Amino acid sequence: MAEPLLRIEQVCKRFGGLLAVDHASLAVETGRITALIGPNGAGKTTLFAMIAGFSRPSEGRIFYAGADITGSAPHLLARRGIARTFQIAQPFAGLSVEDNIAIGSYLSHRSRTDARAAAGRIAREVGLGDQLKRRAADLTLSALKRLELARALAIEPRLILLDEVLAGLNPSEIRDLVPLIRAIRTRGTTVLLIEHVMQAVMSLAEHVLVLAEGRVIAEGSPQAITANPRVIEAYLGHGAARRAGGGYDG
Amino acid sequence: MLSPDILFAAVLNGLLMGALYALVALGLTLIYGVLHIINFAHGALLAAAMFAAFFAHRLLGLDPYVAAVILTPAFFALGYALQRFLIGPAAHGEDRNYLLITLGLAVVIENALLFAFRADTRTIDLPYAFQVIEVGPALLAVPRVVALAVTMAVAFGLWLFMRWSDTGKAIRAVAREKLGAELSGIEVAHIYAITFGIGTACLAIAACLLIPTYYVNPRAGDAFVLIAFTIVVLGGMGSVTGALVGGLVVGVVESLCGLMLGESLGQVGIFAVFILTLLMRPTGLFGARA
Amino acid sequence: MRGAAPILLPVALLAIVPVLTASNAVLNFLVAALLMALVGQGWNLLGGYGGQYSFGHAAFFGTGAYATAILQVRYGVNAWLAFVAGTLAAALLGTIIGALCFRSGLKGSYFALITLAFAEVLRIVASVAPITGAGVGLLIRLDLRPEAFQFQSRAPFYWIVLALLAVSLAAVRMIESSRFGAWLIAVRENEDAASALGVDVMRIKIAAMTVSAAITGAGGCFYAQYFLFIDAGIAYGPWISVEALVAPIIGGIGTVLGPLYGALAVKTLGELTKLLAGDAPGLDLVVYGSLLIAVVAFAPRGIAGTLLDWRERLRGRRAIAATGERSHG
Repeated sequence: MAEPLLRIEQVCKRFGGLLAVDHASLAVETGRITALIGPNGAGKTTLFAMIAGFSRPSEGRIFYAGADITGSAPHLLARRGIARTFQIAQPFAGLSVEDNIAIGSYLSHRSRTDARAAAGRIAREVGLGDQLKRRAADLTLSALKRLELARALAIEPRLILLDEVLAGLNPSEIRDLVPLIRAIRTRGTTVLLIEHVMQAVMSLAEHVLVLAEGRVIAEGSPQAITANPRVIEAYLGHGAARRAGGGYDG
Repeated sequence: MLSPDILFAAVLNGLLMGALYALVALGLTLIYGVLHIINFAHGALLAAAMFAAFFAHRLLGLDPYVAAVILTPAFFALGYALQRFLIGPAAHGEDRNYLLITLGLAVVIENALLFAFRADTRTIDLPYAFQVIEVGPALLAVPRVVALAVTMAVAFGLWLFMRWSDTGKAIRAVAREKLGAELSGIEVAHIYAITFGIGTACLAIAACLLIPTYYVNPRAGDAFVLIAFTIVVLGGMGSVTGALVGGLVVGVVESLCGLMLGESLGQVGIFAVFILTLLMRPTGLFGARA
Repeated sequence: MRGAAPILLPVALLAIVPVLTASNAVLNFLVAALLMALVGQGWNLLGGYGGQYSFGHAAFFGTGAYATAILQVRYGVNAWLAFVAGTLAAALLGTIIGALCFRSGLKGSYFALITLAFAEVLRIVASVAPITGAGVGLLIRLDLRPEAFQFQSRAPFYWIVLALLAVSLAAVRMIESSRFGAWLIAVRENEDAASALGVDVMRIKIAAMTVSAAITGAGGCFYAQYFLFIDAGIAYGPWISVEALVAPIIGGIGTVLGPLYGALAVKTLGELTKLLAGDAPGLDLVVYGSLLIAVVAFAPRGIAGTLLDWRERLRGRRAIAATGERSHG
């Protein structure tokens, strides 16, 4: 089997006395949509921060396309093709939608005209084509989420880390965004997403990893995961699996 | 070369001066700890307090230690008003604005003093200014010993206040977790203003303690403010213990550097410490994470 | 601001002033204002576009001034060469200080503090070091020949400082529409987001500081040539650090012409105040400080920014009237 695009080996992250990530190991296959789920505080965003270079693992190694990227700087990883979105949207508030996206496009387009043209194309792909000149600070939440997506896509990544990109959206907005995420995979970009919205996970993910208390407690297909008693217990508490009769009703 | 006696005297005098530095730094670190802003106007306010103490003596014949009783509440009120009605509202809550506004305030105050009183250096003559106490081989100026004692008393008093009074607890709550404090019904703008007021009150006390042995001119505050910043950075932003210990350390360092390198370069020694600390450990030796 | 027109117009207007009047008072005033604008443009690049507020830009001004003066006075270097060398010296200092500060991750208040400290250290050292003339200062020998960068009348000086300013305006304009500029602004808005998009935040900041230092340093070099005397308080004093930031903030932080508008506005108000209240030291800085507070409190985008806002609002109103509705995201 081909080398996974992303491989995490026994990674730990300590904050003072707290072990946020506890010997987590996982692999993300190229070209797949992999979901990372788990209860709040499980360490998912911390893991993302370490993959994208914003945080250094206390222990363990991270491999990307076969190379050891543990502790590399974020901008270098971005240039190597790892993009991330932020859980709380972090747009360049004073800049327009177009200029926001263009920042990423500048990696492969030197001139402002070219970068803005590329940004325009991406904006249209995510449905922001009619808001190019709008200030990011004036966008609705749904548009902000699309902007997060668009900015990450602008750097033409091989791997994109989506951190709860659907959080805070209503069901129709979610329904609109899901095909966009699928389209990212279709273009050839590998997707690793953190999500709490189960319907999206079920319909998008080909492979699911479950993180609880900093550890990977289960992995497999979405169907297998939701039936897994350990997973149910992680979310609903000890004994919940037994009480629920061993089945999960989404 | 340098006899132990001279060194001993230098260290002791450094400690005495350091106590005053600590008092100035105390206000600064308190303001940072609670409002999370660096008060660039601190030096200018100190200069203003020193002028106030000077004129209290020149025009009203008040001994500085007596003037302190009036000036301390007066400067508390000034600080409260400044934060409540000028700095707070003008900043719109943004860090960058606080920087600019406190800088603007510093420029206005200092240059207003310059405009009004010109750059001449003035001093007060007091009968006890030159009295000394002998401690071993060292001769310590009485006003400086008084300054040390008062500083310790103020620090202790502040500690009691923060620990046991309702306002003190409210201040600590706001410093720790502003949103939570707000939700508990604490009026944050008021607490901010009180904290700022305490900071300026400390400056008033320091000014009255300084006046017997120091000079007054509009730039006098500058010399102190950079030293105060060094102390706060060294001792940790927001740490009262750090301000005290840092003040004493800096006082001794300055004294020793001044001994070996001469007055001006003694200052450079302090700046070097300041810059190095910022570059290597901006949260200071005692402070919490920035 | 699109195109070169917004820059060419004020520059052209200013250029014909010496042709219209020979009044030394007017020319002195404008030279001071243009110099403030130049020094402020340097600050504007780092602070306005880059978001890093330096409170010690005097360090670069003074280094340019002293380098120029020392090279001429102590080593007999040609004045024009000394000018270039001084600007480069300031730029080098910018790189060094930038590397030290940004490698350590200093930002916000800490950055402001440390730049203040650097400027003060330089001031103290310059006030005691023999090479800078210690307390006495440095006097450049009067030699009224163009080859020695000195002129009989004010006008050539005026045109030179205007030319320097024009170059700085063009430079900032070019940066503004370049990749470097876009990345610099991204760093200002959100460093983490910028680095997640491939921006080498540290290098960008250091580069911005270098150019910023060069521009302000050139102002220092000019000052030395124009006044022929500098000392530690003039070269590295807080007054110039304050002027450096007051001009762009009041004129419009982060805009190309902001520093020019700001310098003209501030200097004019300063002169008016002196006329009314007498010319005592400190008065002009009181005015500057008060304006600073007022602008931050009420018009944070400064003169240029507020004008842009009004223009946007007028356009917005017309757009709403035309479509009859507001579009929502």
